[in-house]
Amino acid sequence: MSQLLQYLADGLLIGVVYGIAAMGLTLIFGVMSVINLAHGPIIALGMFGVYLCFTVLGLNPFIALILVAALGLLLGLIIYIVAVHRVLNAPHLSSLLATFSVNMIIIGIGTTIWSTSFRNVDYSLGTLQAAGISLPATRVAAALIALLVTGVLYWFLYRTRPGKNIRAVANNRTAAELMGIPSTRVLALSFGIGTMLAAIAGGLIGTILPFTILSGGVYELKSFVIVVLGGLGNPLGALVGGLILGLIEGVIPAFTSVGWVPVFEFVLFVLLLLLRPQGLFGAKK
Amino acid sequence: MSRKSLFLLAVFLIAALALAACGGAATPAPAAEPTAASSAPAVTKTVTIGFTASQTGKYNVESSRQINGLNLWMADVNNAGGIKLSDGTVVTFASKFYDDESNGDRVQELYTRLANDDGADFLISPYSSGLTSSASVIAEQNGKVMITTGAASASNYQQGYTLVYQAYTPDSKYLTGAADLLVAEAPNIKRIAIVHENDKFSTGVAEALKTHAEALGFEIVLFEGYDSGTTDFAPFINKIQAANPEAILGGGHFQDGSTFARQLSEKGVATPYVGLLVAPPEPSFAELGDAAVGIFGPSQWEPLAAFTAESAQSAGLAWKGITGAEFTQRYQAAHSEEPSYHAAGGYVAGLILQDAIERAGTLDSAAVQAALDATDMLTFFGHIKFDTSAENHGLQIGHEMVYVQWQRDSAGNLMKQVVWPPEGRTAPFITR
Repeated sequence: MSQLLQYLADGLLIGVVYGIAAMGLTLIFGVMSVINLAHGPIIALGMFGVYLCFTVLGLNPFIALILVAALGLLLGLIIYIVAVHRVLNAPHLSSLLATFSVNMIIIGIGTTIWSTSFRNVDYSLGTLQAAGISLPATRVAAALIALLVTGVLYWFLYRTRPGKNIRAVANNRTAAELMGIPSTRVLALSFGIGTMLAAIAGGLIGTILPFTILSGGVYELKSFVIVVLGGLGNPLGALVGGLILGLIEGVIPAFTSVGWVPVFEFVLFVLLLLLRPQGLFGAKK
Repeated sequence: MSRKSLFLLAVFLIAALALAACGGAATPAPAAEPTAASSAPAVTKTVTIGFTASQTGKYNVESSRQINGLNLWMADVNNAGGIKLSDGTVVTFASKFYDDESNGDRVQELYTRLANDDGADFLISPYSSGLTSSASVIAEQNGKVMITTGAASASNYQQGYTLVYQAYTPDSKYLTGAADLLVAEAPNIKRIAIVHENDKFSTGVAEALKTHAEALGFEIVLFEGYDSGTTDFAPFINKIQAANPEAILGGGHFQDGSTFARQLSEKGVATPYVGLLVAPPEPSFAELGDAAVGIFGPSQWEPLAAFTAESAQSAGLAWKGITGAEFTQRYQAAHSEEPSYHAAGGYVAGLILQDAIERAGTLDSAAVQAALDATDMLTFFGHIKFDTSAENHGLQIGHEMVYVQWQRDSAGNLMKQVVWPPEGRTAPFITR
């Protein structure tokens, strides 16, 4: 029993971090129908942000997340203004190509500066023992911060004026503009917040696992599965989707080889696309 | 001077320059001390050694050390004046290399370029069995002798190649000694978990270990592979804990091995014996701190190994090159760090080629190949001898592994100790 608890706990801890990464992707899609292909490299930049704050500035990696979040928001605003805004009303392929270009630019610059060698934030909070299971405290802290970020995001979206503006633009951009909501600023802010969430997710993953500038691709792929699982454009669905994916990754190894995990994940992905394309928490159209 | 005289002088100068330019690659070297037998200046030739280095990607640590060792050999032989061929030509060495990004596809492309466009005379393998497998095809296709180092997979030498020679002990012997070590030092344990990287080298090692351990009476309670590039070992560690082994053996390369060791410690896994491939012999493994204590692993070479000209004589073998102490001292002077076996492997790959060229007395590939087939020598790295059968041509059959373990000394410093075989032991084998 305690062994099954161990599998469950590990899955949930990593799943909540996946959820944060996917939330950024789904927020951007929900507000402006843009699939951000620069999501993975931004996750990797979050990892490097924490790594550099830790190794160069000597900051605690969890404190460094504040700086990483601020820089992520700024980077998102810049990417929106430079690459996304002008293609927002063009066919979807244009925004895909624009964000893919940003992806290639970040990877190119990152590879030149940091190479593709692995980095590691050498930081540990020890091991927590409870109910017969042992958990690395760093992972527990990362999961708690991810939950805190989710709570703050929901407070922002439902309790603040800019957050309500974002929801209004997501629901009906034209109507929101008629109500006097500055949609361009709201769209830029949404893209910035989505990017910030990706950077935070990267920073959290960077505190627990080694990474390279190319590591974001794996989490971008997981994010796509999660947003389809939770429903495109639904941030809460992304969190639940992340938890489900984490549970799959955590529990399947208890019954079969770990190599089967991606098979189960992507079979689920295909089944959802076929049977419930709006996702578990998406509204029927 | 008349215009006609000026014209004739110009024609003479142009003709002289043209003759000088036709001298080709071989250039007369200034002979400092002409011998009595010949007053002609010695002809020098620069031989190009081609290879790729994993300057980026997951093999960066091991490959960098390997290249450091190879470059040290090259500096040593060039500083000693090069080597003299039977026709009197003095040969010095230069390298031509590219970053392979730890990527097999890049290796094939780059070794083709090295062999065809860059005029590499001889090749040294990249690091890792997978990349070396890609390079070996190109070496054989282009008729280039290649010495492999950092590549232990035996299957590479069962492809019918005739120009590829292995410096390392083959993978089948990497962890079999770990099972022997456990039998001798922990005779009560019976349950082993084997968790290994799913690449060519590590899978070969794990399968050979499984067969050997079962033959010794161990029960393999978990046999599981993980993808190259895995960074989260939590699912594997959970399976290990569920299987409740008394020893964990496996791993793959430095990056995954050191991450695996770190996460075993973070998850509080109390298994008393953990043996991993490749990572433990690396000096930078000590950066794991307490997570490194008690971890053991096979090493192709250790600075404590004491192969000398005297031990070669008593073994009836030819001695070649510098001693281990000299190599360690020179490497530390050049790189300010202790050399790992990857560095020693890089040096010895050059030394093997040098010895073969010296005995062949020529740079002709067929003659060097014949000399390599006849190699049977002792170096600071150990015994070097190649299988010359059609089935396993080029496979290393002379060299043996040692096992190291990270332990704290009386002052609390992390030290790498040799714990196996008993004749080379520098400290007793301990639990984690």
